[in-house]
Amino acid sequence: METKTIQKQQKTQPQTERLSGSEAIIKCLLAEGVKTLYGYPGGAIMPVYDELYKCQDQIHHVLTRHEQGATHAAQGYARISGEVGVAIATSGPGATNLITGIADAQIDSTPMVCITGQVASHLLGSDAFQETDIVGISTPVTKWNHQITKASEIPEVMAKAFYIARSGRPGPVLIDITKDAQFEEFDFSYKKCTGVRSYKAIPETDKNALSAAAELINNAKKPMVVWGQGVILGKAEAAFKAFIEKAGIPAAWTILGVSAIPTEHPLNVGMVGMHGNYAPNVLTNECDVLIAIGMRFDDRVTGNLATYAKQAKIIHFEIDPAEVDKNVKTDVAVLGDAKVSLKAILPLIHKKSHNVWKRAFDDLYAIEYEKVIKNDLHPTKEGLTMGEVMKEINIQSKGEAAIVSDVGQHQMIACRYANFNQSKSNITSGGLGTMGFGLPAAIGAKMAAPDREVVCICGDGGYQMTIQELGTIFQQKAAVKIVVLNNEFLGMVRQWQQLFFDKRYASTEMTNPDFVAIAKGYHLNARRVTKRDELAEAVQEMMQSKEAYFLEVCVEKEDNVFPMIPTGASVSDIRLS
Amino acid sequence: METTSKQFTVSVYTENNIGLLNRISAIFQRRHINIESINSSVSEIENVSKWTIVVNLTEEQMKKIIGQIEKQVEVIKAYYHTEEEIVYQESCIFKMKSDLLFNEQQIQNIIIDNNARIVTVNKQFFVLEKSGRKEEIELLYRELSGFGIMQFTRSGRIAVSKEEMKISKILEAINY
Repeated sequence: METKTIQKQQKTQPQTERLSGSEAIIKCLLAEGVKTLYGYPGGAIMPVYDELYKCQDQIHHVLTRHEQGATHAAQGYARISGEVGVAIATSGPGATNLITGIADAQIDSTPMVCITGQVASHLLGSDAFQETDIVGISTPVTKWNHQITKASEIPEVMAKAFYIARSGRPGPVLIDITKDAQFEEFDFSYKKCTGVRSYKAIPETDKNALSAAAELINNAKKPMVVWGQGVILGKAEAAFKAFIEKAGIPAAWTILGVSAIPTEHPLNVGMVGMHGNYAPNVLTNECDVLIAIGMRFDDRVTGNLATYAKQAKIIHFEIDPAEVDKNVKTDVAVLGDAKVSLKAILPLIHKKSHNVWKRAFDDLYAIEYEKVIKNDLHPTKEGLTMGEVMKEINIQSKGEAAIVSDVGQHQMIACRYANFNQSKSNITSGGLGTMGFGLPAAIGAKMAAPDREVVCICGDGGYQMTIQELGTIFQQKAAVKIVVLNNEFLGMVRQWQQLFFDKRYASTEMTNPDFVAIAKGYHLNARRVTKRDELAEAVQEMMQSKEAYFLEVCVEKEDNVFPMIPTGASVSDIRLS
Repeated sequence: METTSKQFTVSVYTENNIGLLNRISAIFQRRHINIESINSSVSEIENVSKWTIVVNLTEEQMKKIIGQIEKQVEVIKAYYHTEEEIVYQESCIFKMKSDLLFNEQQIQNIIIDNNARIVTVNKQFFVLEKSGRKEEIELLYRELSGFGIMQFTRSGRIAVSKEEMKISKILEAINY
């Protein structure tokens, strides 16, 4: 009997090896399939960097020029690949510099694991050099966080971190590791995490909710879909397309949802929200059933909630129970994974086409085209528009490029006009609106998808918030195409000042440096365009370049982005001028 | 849905982890909601903590906050209850001059009438303890305050629900 038990134990006990905490961290990253991570070294994380040095052939560490850049690069990596992005930094300022990117990943549901070094455990709370309470600071902006003070905790906590970051509604996780735990030796073995007892990643889909939703959809005369990033995060693109095609329902997207189906899809009726398209905003208040899929009714999408789709029955397909009824009261909530729910509802849906209703979208599009789009894409005035730059990029990319945008007017123009044929192709800071996101996010996107064209669209304001990442582009030879749409203003704020603050342009005018000279200082190919007749050829040159390329386009200084729903107004009161 | 604020008692079952207090209180702080009282202790289930939080807000706010609390990775389940749905107790301690105990006949009566308990007496002071509902403690405070209270402190609310909270079943269902 005794020998039998021993044999059994030997079988089930995992193999262990004697490792230091920092070696264990690298082993965990490798076990989770991490090939690239972004970071910045410093005192409290040096043991881990020493291991990264030894494992260069297995894991590629990218030195960004600021820790914020590391988080945004990790986000770009995650958004284009669907994998977990990883950022690493030292304690104190290294850790606090991660916060903006973590907050951005939290609000935009981006899977990310951040690893920070921490002072040795006996120094915790002593105001030691570069000590900061990063677990406390990051708590409200992380899906989960944890401090490790003993090496033996590393495997389980790291496994849990990756599981939590990528499962359910994804999000950022921060793991803080004291320096003594990085040095400490222990018997290492790794087991992937498959569940946490207090955490339900995906709620079960209720069959009754599905049939109630199907009944509303089948009886609808004027149904409309608004989809968000949940379709992309849930890898539900095909199921989503099958659903709208069978039901014949016009579908509009949020800024993070775009690219889930091709731009040219006949049922794709454009963007909802503050600078979205005219038709889906106006018709939100005319539809009889509004089907929200993987979106969270952000205030930039809904405008005034008191007048938002009051006439419609609301169906909400959602993975996060806390989002249901948070902003908009639903009639039917279909909890669960978007792919599972959409596949399950498909057989319950009658095949239909809502041609008359769809024509209402086309008619309003025609109005928007005459009043806004035509002037954006085919301007007759002298100054260059942001829209015509996007049109040229579309011509060159044929809809195959990933577009990474920063935040502001150029972002709205990029999202409105970019053509997409592939999913996961629009990478932008949606919920947090983080200026400075674009350039580092583009680096991460390009490194995750080296075979894809990655075009970063920035304004002259946001570009300068993380401009130092040109150094990362140069050092990593990341062939990112960078377009700065320079209007010498913080354009979106200036637009609001013009419309709502009687043109008092408080601190929005920018005196800019020579952007081309700066790019050339980083040994990048660079060019400036000021005239329309140079634009097409310059964009072509950029897109054909095998290396990174910087293109500055000097655009009209005081152009505005329309359509626009002023803050507090109803979606149907969207302005065209 | 009512739009007026009322008092709710929240029960939260969680893992017993460092930092969870911060995470839960941040949910209220972010929405500019004051926590009236908060108590954390072991629960009827091994290795599971139970929090009792008292807040004043509308039922609509309450429902959304329960959603946000349950969303936290280490929270097993959260419930909210009205006053009628729970049995609760609070506890308080008074420190008063010992002379009062011997010189003021009324003090003895107050202690007996209020079901309070003398914890300790020495030459300088005596300590009085009382557990009960909020109003009972407030009544005792009012009756004693005329005599001069040296120190007073009151605990957070602890409560059990009249209806079952099916935590064990939830934990059994998640079988890791």
